[in-house]
Amino acid sequence: MKYVPDATADRRFAPNNTVDRESVDGLLSELDEYAVEQALRIKETSGNPEDVRVTALCVGPEKGIDAVRKALQMGADIGVHVTDEAVAGSDAIATSLVLAKAVEKIGSPQLVMCGMSSTDGAMGVVPAMLAERLDLPQLTLASVIEVLDDQVRIRRDGDVATEDIGATMPLVLSVTDQSGGVRYPSFKAIMAAKKKPLETYSLSDLGLDADEVGHSAAWSEVVGTTERPPRTAGAIVNDEDGSGAMALVGFLASNKHIRGAVEHV
Amino acid sequence: MSEVLVLVDHVDGAIRKPTAELLTVARRLGEPSAVFIGRTDHSAGAVAAVRKYGAAKVYLVDDSEIRDYLVAPKAEVLQQLAVKVSPAAILVTSSFEGKEIAGRLAVKLGSGLITDAVDVQEGPVTTQSVFAGNYTVRAKVTKGTPIIAVKPNSSAPEESDGAGAVEEFRATISESAKSARILASEPRQATGRPDLAEAAIVVAGGRGTGGDFTPVEKLADALGAAVGASRAAVDSGWISHAFQIGQTGKTVSPRLYIAGGISGAIQHRAGMQTSKAIVAVNTDADAPIFELADLGVVGDLRVVFPKVVELLAGTAGGISASVGTSQPEA
Ligand SMILES: Cc1cc2nc3c(=O)[nH]c(=O)nc-3n(C[C@H](O)[C@H](O)[C@H](O)COP(=O)(O)OP(=O)(O)OC[C@H]3O[C@@H](n4cnc5c(N)ncnc54)[C@H](O)[C@@H]3O)c2cc1C
Ligand SMILES: Cc1cc2nc3c(=O)[nH]c(=O)nc-3n(C[C@H](O)[C@H](O)[C@H](O)COP(=O)(O)OP(=O)(O)OC[C@H]3O[C@@H](n4cnc5c(N)ncnc54)[C@H](O)[C@@H]3O)c2cc1C
Repeated sequence: MKYVPDATADRRFAPNNTVDRESVDGLLSELDEYAVEQALRIKETSGNPEDVRVTALCVGPEKGIDAVRKALQMGADIGVHVTDEAVAGSDAIATSLVLAKAVEKIGSPQLVMCGMSSTDGAMGVVPAMLAERLDLPQLTLASVIEVLDDQVRIRRDGDVATEDIGATMPLVLSVTDQSGGVRYPSFKAIMAAKKKPLETYSLSDLGLDADEVGHSAAWSEVVGTTERPPRTAGAIVNDEDGSGAMALVGFLASNKHIRGAVEHV
Repeated sequence: MSEVLVLVDHVDGAIRKPTAELLTVARRLGEPSAVFIGRTDHSAGAVAAVRKYGAAKVYLVDDSEIRDYLVAPKAEVLQQLAVKVSPAAILVTSSFEGKEIAGRLAVKLGSGLITDAVDVQEGPVTTQSVFAGNYTVRAKVTKGTPIIAVKPNSSAPEESDGAGAVEEFRATISESAKSARILASEPRQATGRPDLAEAAIVVAGGRGTGGDFTPVEKLADALGAAVGASRAAVDSGWISHAFQIGQTGKTVSPRLYIAGGISGAIQHRAGMQTSKAIVAVNTDADAPIFELADLGVVGDLRVVFPKVVELLAGTAGGISASVGTSQPEA
């Protein structure tokens, strides 16, 4: 789960073209709450919840610990935070490398669960990259998840079809915001979370060198960022006098959008 | 000139429009080679289509062994082909599947990856629209073979005769690439309307429809447009998730986007802000969607949309006489 700048605030780039993570509050990427939720449901409905352990893993800046805490409050059992100056500015390839090493250090999980996409980079590639690196099956974009013994079957809305996909654990699973509502931590859960184990790893703990990751080692580079000029305010028409439809048709005609209509009528 | 590999996006041999766009982009970077993974006995139409958009070569990869498995085998095909031909770049459509193939391929080749590009120029230097459209970012791959996933509707496809020399390519697929199996697949029901991601005009409805999408659909039909929706409309069960536009739905960049009863939340904007022109109809003059709109109508969509349809029908002759001969803007 990723720690991201709040999408409803004014997100910016720093002078070195990386995301300015200082000026905006960060939080657990909203779409990753769905992954935490589904992990907890799988634990709770597995015949032996006490034996199932949910570990919340985040690679990110120091403040990213807040994202890990949020997951512990929701009900995760253990928190793992990978943070290291050298990781800053990593691209997706480097991020997936750090995540894969961390997953291996944590142990041999049966399920590696992700959100469908972060809410900042929003590439939607890290789960597939993790599956590639860990050499595990990938079941991505799940809206419905069924677990039966070591078999997992998901349903998803693919690009052109609705699909059911199955694989045998261990595997990488990513979930969408269609997978089910997310719980709010109760006061009791928030208190309980304070006592849960929380580990912090640096790059060397994962056996990685600083020059394998981070901004300087990135496989891709941002060469320029431009803030979009504010849109010039468009015309506003009030339909109180019934002129709205005519204004809309006028707009369509003057911008030559109506041809399609003529072909259709 | 180096080859540029373009993964053909198709359904049963019928190429999808983004493939023509990718081939057009590929011509700026080198010599386009189309990679068709599918039933080779269904490939004739696809070969003709990619040739029309300038493919100098077409690699045919028979998918009989991998049809039932997700993206991993396709990434292996592209990897083996890339090792063989050392392309200048590899282009895929920025769809769910395209991005996942690209992600796995990037790890396999140790190559940088750029997703959701809205433009690609020589270099290659890409343009992305990020943070819900508030920033434009130019980027380039610095290591390995540039792998670029390009958003549909980012450029106008331009025809160009390609030699289209067909070459069969056989890849060796590992057992582990076949570890996730497609158990059932239900193609999306055809609506008779244009595909949402590819449509030139989109009419979308939100919570403000109150659950009745008829005015939205009728306006869409009058304009030859696709129908879209906000998540609030999807969550209310008024329309299927396949029509959702936004961060967790489809991304659209049509020539014209008409929003009815949609407030313009950041997650919705993330999916439509690159539309060339935006029209909003909303009863609330303070709705954030008006900040984006080239034309805003403060009013009830249930009144305004049907009246627009009526006006279009009534004036069709007149309008076709005045604008019918001009081409829509690209
Ligand atoms: C605006 C913008 C554009 C970018 N464009 C590119 C680009 O074109 N190419 C490129 O290589 N990099 C790019 N990056 C960098 C890239 O976003 C980060 O490297 C990121 O950590 C991985 O990609 P993502 O955030 O898009 O994750 P996604 O692939 O969208 O994330 C999917 C899931 O993976 C998991 N995940 C992702 N990151 C972490 C993490 N750090 N810790 C724990 N779990 C995680 C989460 O479960 C998440 O829901 C971009 C970043 C930004 C902000
Ligand atoms: C993780 C996450 C992901 C999300 N992903 C998406 C996404 O992909 N797509 C998406 O759309 N949303 C997404 N959302 C939801 C988003 O935050 C908003 O809740 C949603 O877009 C609101 O939909 P709406 O504009 O239809 O409804 P509302 O915000 O309720 O707005 C309805 C509007 O209709 C107007 N109205 C009411 N009656 C009429 C009428 N008769 N005529 C005209 N106007 C009328 C009202 O004035 C109001 O402005 C996501 C949220 C989260 C947390």
